Amino acid sequence: MKRILIPAAALAMTAAASVQAGKSDDVLNVAFTKELENVDSYFNSSREGVVLQRAVWDGLIYRDPETNEYKGNLATSWEWIDDVTLELKLREGVTFHNGEPFDADDVVYTVNFVADESNGVKTQRNVNWMKSAEKIDQYTVRIHLKAPFPAAIEFLSGPVSMYPNEYYAEAGPSGMGLKPVGTGPYKVTSVEPGRHFVLEKYEGYHDSPKGQPSIGTIDIRTIPDVNTQMAELFSGSLDLIWQVPADLAEKLDQMGKFTVANESTMRIGYLTLDAAGRTGEDSPFTDVRVRQAVAHAIDREALVSALLKGKSQVISTACFPSQFGCDQDVTSYDYDVEKAKALLAEAGYPDGFKTEFYAYRDREYAEAIASFLNAVGIETDFKMLQYSALRELRMKSGSPVSFQTWGSYSINDTSAITSQFFKLGSLDDARDAEVAGWLDAADSATDPAVRRENYSKALKKIADEAYWVPMFSYNTNYVFTPEVTYTPTPDEVLRFTDMDWK
Amino acid sequence: MLRFILKRAGLAILVAFTVSLISFSLLFLSGDPAAAIAGEHASDQDIEAIRRIYGFDRPMLLQYWEWLSSALMGDFGESYYFKLPVAGLIAERLSITMTLGVCGISFALLTAVPLGVAAAIRPNSLLDRFALFLSVAGQAMPSFWFGLILIVVFSIQLGWLPPSGTATPLHFVMPTIVLGYYAMPAIMRLTRAGMLEVLSSDYIRTARAKGAPEGLVMFKHALRNAIIPVVSLAAVQMGFMLGGSIVVESIFALHGAGYLAWESISRNDLPTVQALILVFSMFYIVFTFLADVLNAWLDPRMRAG
Repeated sequence: MKRILIPAAALAMTAAASVQAGKSDDVLNVAFTKELENVDSYFNSSREGVVLQRAVWDGLIYRDPETNEYKGNLATSWEWIDDVTLELKLREGVTFHNGEPFDADDVVYTVNFVADESNGVKTQRNVNWMKSAEKIDQYTVRIHLKAPFPAAIEFLSGPVSMYPNEYYAEAGPSGMGLKPVGTGPYKVTSVEPGRHFVLEKYEGYHDSPKGQPSIGTIDIRTIPDVNTQMAELFSGSLDLIWQVPADLAEKLDQMGKFTVANESTMRIGYLTLDAAGRTGEDSPFTDVRVRQAVAHAIDREALVSALLKGKSQVISTACFPSQFGCDQDVTSYDYDVEKAKALLAEAGYPDGFKTEFYAYRDREYAEAIASFLNAVGIETDFKMLQYSALRELRMKSGSPVSFQTWGSYSINDTSAITSQFFKLGSLDDARDAEVAGWLDAADSATDPAVRRENYSKALKKIADEAYWVPMFSYNTNYVFTPEVTYTPTPDEVLRFTDMDWK
Repeated sequence: MLRFILKRAGLAILVAFTVSLISFSLLFLSGDPAAAIAGEHASDQDIEAIRRIYGFDRPMLLQYWEWLSSALMGDFGESYYFKLPVAGLIAERLSITMTLGVCGISFALLTAVPLGVAAAIRPNSLLDRFALFLSVAGQAMPSFWFGLILIVVFSIQLGWLPPSGTATPLHFVMPTIVLGYYAMPAIMRLTRAGMLEVLSSDYIRTARAKGAPEGLVMFKHALRNAIIPVVSLAAVQMGFMLGGSIVVESIFALHGAGYLAWESISRNDLPTVQALILVFSMFYIVFTFLADVLNAWLDPRMRAG
C-alpha cells in the first residue's frame, strides 16, 4: 500500500493530545511493516527476520556494532587450525529457553543441518561455505569449510545462529517457526504467523556481549500502512516504529513529541549499465565515454539532500564504505552536465539517444535519476517492474540501464556486494574477466593485505570504467516515544537488549 | 426447479476452474516465481535450486494439473512463503474477512434500507436530499481516505476506538463502517427506486382504498415487493466484500484473506493465491447462485433462463 500524503499531514496536525505516560506494564509495542514468512531464521530472508533472530538466538561469535570488533558469544575463543578448519571453544552453562543445555552436539547438529543443501535453507550463501561440523569434546567443535573463506567469522557472528539439536530434530523448520527456541535474550511466547509476535525477557540469559535484556515484554504487530502505524503511535498503542519514510520522519521530528533517530544502512543505490552489450552489441553503453557521461549527469548530492536525507551519503564505490576491502580511493565523477554532453558527443551521440530504464523500487528516486539523464539528452523509457520480473529479465538478457539497490545482507565485507555482481554471474553486466579474477583472489585469500589489494584493484577498475554508477547509501528512521531510550546501529537491526525505559 | 439448480451449479463450478486456470497462468506472466520466492538476496544458484525443487522448470499445464488434482482431493499444499499448510492459513485469515463482511453488509442494509424507504415516502424532501448526499459521498470517497479520517477522529482526537488490529469487537467498528459505507449507496438507491415504483402501483392504491393502515401498506405490501432486487444486489455485494476488502484490511491491519491475497500475489506464492482465488470465486459464485435461486423462487418466469 502506497503512502498517502494528505491524511498523513492531517494525522500529524491532529496528534496533539494523547501520549500515555509511564510504561507501567513494561510492554514495548513495536510495528513491523512486512509480514514475516517464518520466524525460523534460516527460512526467512527479511529484515524483520534478522531482528527476531538476534533477539531469540545467539551466534557463536558476536560483532560489536560500535567498534566492529569480534567477541565470543556462544563460543569463548576460536582458532584457525588450517585454511579450512576452525576450532571453537564453547561457553559452558548456557541453556536454551526450553531447558535443553547448550553444548557441542547443538553446534554439530545445527551446522550439519543448515549446510546440507537439501534441507533448503533459504539464503544458501549464509551457510553454504560450511561443509560440516565435528565434535571434539563436549565444549569443543571444529567447523570444516568447503574452501578457504575469509568472511567466515563475519558470517558466524551474523546469520549463523545455534539451535537446540533435540528440539530442532523433532520440530523442524515449521515447528521452530511456530514455537521458536533459542538461547537468546528474549524467548518467544506467542506467534501468529506473519502478524503478531510476543517476546519475553529470558531471565536465564548468559553473560553475552549483546548485554542483558531490560524491557520485560516486546509485543510486535504487523501493520502494513505507515499512516496507521503513525496513528497507533499517536494514540499510545505503539511505542516504536522504524523504516519510517524521510518526509514523515521530518514532520514527526518537527512536532517534538517523539524521538526521531536516523541511522545509515549498508544498502546502496546504483545504476548498472550494459557495458558488455548484453542487450545488443550496438548498445551505447558499451562505450566507456557514454557510461562516464551517465556518471557525470547525475547530481548525487541533490538526490541525497532532497530525497534520501538523514545519514545517507554519496557513494562512489561499488560497495559500502564500512565494508572490509571497500577502498574509497577510486575515481569519483562530479556533477557536470556540460562534461556529460561533451562525452556523449565524443562517443558519437551529440543529440543523445533513447534507452529503456528499469527500476523495481523507490519510484521517486528512479524518476529523479531519469530526469537527470533526460537533461543531458539521454531520453529514458522508464519501466517499473516487480522485483522478480526485473530479475528474470536481467538474468536472461540484461538491461541497458537499471536502478538497483543492494543491502549486502548486513555483511560487513566487500565480498558481500562487489563479488556478487562482478564475477561473470547472470547479473554481471560488465563481464570483465580481469575484475572477476581480482575478486576471486580477494575472496579466497586469508591474508587481509592480499584481500585489500585485490579488492582495491577491482574497485578502481569498476570506477574507471563506470560499469556501475554508485549513487548513495540508504538510511532508516526510527521513531519512538520519549519513554524509550534507544540508539540505533548502522546495520538496520532493532536491538531490543539496547532498549530501556527512561 | 431442481433442473435449474443443477444447471446453475454445474456452470458455477466450470466458472471457478476457468478462473483458477487463468489466474495460474497470469502469475507466471508476472515474473519468475523462483526469483520471487528466493528473495532479493538470492544468488543464481539459489534461484536455480528453487526452480528445481518447486518444479517451475516443467510445463505450466503440467504444474496446473498437479495443483488441480491435489486441490480436488482437498489438499491445497503448503504456502511457498509461510511454509504452512494453505488450508489452515486461509481458514485463519478467512474468519476475519467473514466477520468483517457480515458486519459490513449488515451495517449497509440496516442503514440503507430504512433510509431508502424514508426517502421514497417523501421524495424530494430534506431527508431524501440528505440520503442522496450520503450516497454520492459514499461513492466518491475512497475507502483508504475515509478510513484514515475515521482513525484521526475516533482514535486520535476522541480516543474512543483502537486504530488497528483485531483483538476486540471494538477493533471492528471502524472497518465495518468503512466497508459498509461503500456498499450502502447502491442498496439505498435501489430500495428508494423500488419503493417509488411499487408505491405508485395499482395494488397499493387498492390497499389504501380499502382502508389498510399506512404502516401495513408500507411494510407488508410495498417493501416486501420492493426488496426483491435489493436481496440479489446485497448477495453480490457480499461476494465483493469477502474477496475485495484489501484496502480496508490493510489500513486497519486486519490481516484477513483479502490482504493475504494481495500480498501473496506480490510474493508469487502460487498455492496460496490459487486456493484464495478458488475460495473467492466460490463465494462470488455461491452468492450469485443463491440470488438466482432466490429470484427464481420468487419469480417463476426466471426459471426458464
